[in-house]
Amino acid sequence: MPRNKINISDEIEHLSVLNEKGQLDKDLEPEISETLLLNIHRTMLLGRRFDERLLNLQRQGRIGTFAPITGQEAAQLGAVAVLRSSDWMVPSFRETAAEIWRGRTMESLILYYSGFNEGGRIPDDMNNLPVCVPVATHLLHAVGLAWASGYRKKDDVVMTFFGDGATSEGDFHEGLNFAGVYRTPVIFVCQNNQWAISVPRSKQTRSQTLAQKALAYGIPGLQVDGNDLLAVYSAAKEAVERARSGGGPTLIECVTYRLMMHTTADDPKRYRKEEEVQEWVGRDPLPRFQKYLIENKKLLSKEKIDRLETEIKEEIQAAVERAEEQKSKLKEPLEMFDHVYAELPKNLKEQKAQLAGELSGNKKEDGHD
Amino acid sequence: MTNITMVQALNLALRQEMEKDDGIILLGEDVGVDGGVFRVTEGLIEKFGEQRVLDTPLAESGIVGMSIGMAAYGLRPVCEIQFSGFSYLSFHQIESHASRLRWRSQGRFHVPMVVRTPYGGGVRALEHHSESREAFYAHMPGLKMVIPSGPRIARALLVSAIRDPDPVIFFEPKALYRAFREEVPDEEETSPLGKSRLVLEGEDLTMISYGAMMRPSLDAASELKDKDGIRVEVIDLVTISPLDDELFVQSVKKTGRAMVIHEAPRSFGPGAEIVSRLVEKAFFYLEVPISRVTGFDILIPLFSRENYYLPNVQRIVRSARQLLKT
Repeated sequence: MPRNKINISDEIEHLSVLNEKGQLDKDLEPEISETLLLNIHRTMLLGRRFDERLLNLQRQGRIGTFAPITGQEAAQLGAVAVLRSSDWMVPSFRETAAEIWRGRTMESLILYYSGFNEGGRIPDDMNNLPVCVPVATHLLHAVGLAWASGYRKKDDVVMTFFGDGATSEGDFHEGLNFAGVYRTPVIFVCQNNQWAISVPRSKQTRSQTLAQKALAYGIPGLQVDGNDLLAVYSAAKEAVERARSGGGPTLIECVTYRLMMHTTADDPKRYRKEEEVQEWVGRDPLPRFQKYLIENKKLLSKEKIDRLETEIKEEIQAAVERAEEQKSKLKEPLEMFDHVYAELPKNLKEQKAQLAGELSGNKKEDGHD
Repeated sequence: MTNITMVQALNLALRQEMEKDDGIILLGEDVGVDGGVFRVTEGLIEKFGEQRVLDTPLAESGIVGMSIGMAAYGLRPVCEIQFSGFSYLSFHQIESHASRLRWRSQGRFHVPMVVRTPYGGGVRALEHHSESREAFYAHMPGLKMVIPSGPRIARALLVSAIRDPDPVIFFEPKALYRAFREEVPDEEETSPLGKSRLVLEGEDLTMISYGAMMRPSLDAASELKDKDGIRVEVIDLVTISPLDDELFVQSVKKTGRAMVIHEAPRSFGPGAEIVSRLVEKAFFYLEVPISRVTGFDILIPLFSRENYYLPNVQRIVRSARQLLKT
């Protein structure tokens, strides 16, 4: 029996608009309004400085573990900037900048990383799912939300974020497969930051790209320079438009780099070389985008950036203070029984009463009333 | 009123609820065209269409994970895992997300979904098709774990589970799917989750059971009455978690003797929790130690020997007589 060829596309495109030297490909430059460009830049800078401040707070023991985003600002913001507020964002745990873009307050993040459940509260008017720690499991929630949006005849789309390590998880594959089968309006944004804690991208898969995984599920996949805000934006815009008009899901692989540690509990010196990090510092998305705004768009100047830095510093400081104030009001641990069920079952009522009793007993033992 | 099997009763519950609420979506493997391998969803794709009854790809985590997204959006998915022995491929979705999203989002999102799945032995099936692992799911805060014991209660419970604002895992005793019929009213009937039921009144001994083990427990009670004159009180737990201990504690305070009957393995099974509650709340009323008639702490054997594993009438009667003798 002969072996006949089945023609399956084996080509994956790589998109770069603003290269690492900051040179612009005019033909590919997306149309973005000046206001939007400046807003994106502001959030990039804020995300970077907030990361630094969080690290500082963590090292002082004022907050717990968190996952820094430094180096990945363009991959996140280029993508979410395309969304409408009624669209959905389904994050993993390394999307601080994207969450801030979507309206999450810095004080809620500080509260959350200080170990208070209240910090995870999602406001009623924000279509974000909460942070999801188990890797890749949330991709299916994005597919379900997107299916439901279509079922209710809405044209809202869903964008979900995850890393290179997630593409090894079964739920990544189930998510892409279900999205393909039901043609749901989901945009899968992979922030390929090269490292899943200590395991490099090369050890996650034999595939040449992560974007090509889409082909097996019959959906479009594209690789972009994830440190190039314009490339990420263009790819996301195309994917969102396709999803919104009924064309189904897309996988976008943003090639980027985690410049800091996996989380504050991790020491990257154990597994990667400083030269590699420095190589990627040279591809930093922030100065690259700033150069574009200064030289190509004439929207920014060194002075304007300095003023912005001062403004952002004050904004972050105010958020830290608000978080401290909120924390001081959140001493009551009995809330831990709330939100487990819609109504407290009898056993939880009994256990809550037990803790309440202990608390009032402690006060008496301490000589308080 | 119609005289129907549990399969038909569950089908009735789904059909009537789907007529009332277009947010109810069924999904799972073979639930559409095939009507489910046990035919619980038979005829529903014809009535409600492919938009409401989804034959999914063969992926349990996908089914449950997608349902969670649908539920977070505001729909009421009812998904089917073909056998509870395959539910472990979606275990993390149930434990890490379905049962936690309300808590994690501080009440913004909730997950009003039902995971239906057949459990238990007695149908001469292959490996992975006969186990009883309700304890796994009863141990998860944020989740409700429900097991019906007959057609009428199954129908009422499924309606309540679908309307419940929290995620419910609904174990269907597959041995009872077609084992007997009951009169089920045409009009709507619900049964509150978290409430056990007094099925038989008695004075001498309390039997606490649920699901497929309710039949041998009731048969044993009847044999004990006829042959020994022992009046057994029988309680159907109905909801394993959150566990309703009021009724059985009250009952044991009256009878002074208690037995727990389930087909799940004994150690760390639901019986362990029930006995603990009795020790905490009725210790001074106990005349004799509490007895557990359960599956052994082994994997349920392949079907030629499963009857030696599953608690049966003789084993329950023997244990009851022991309790009355001491």
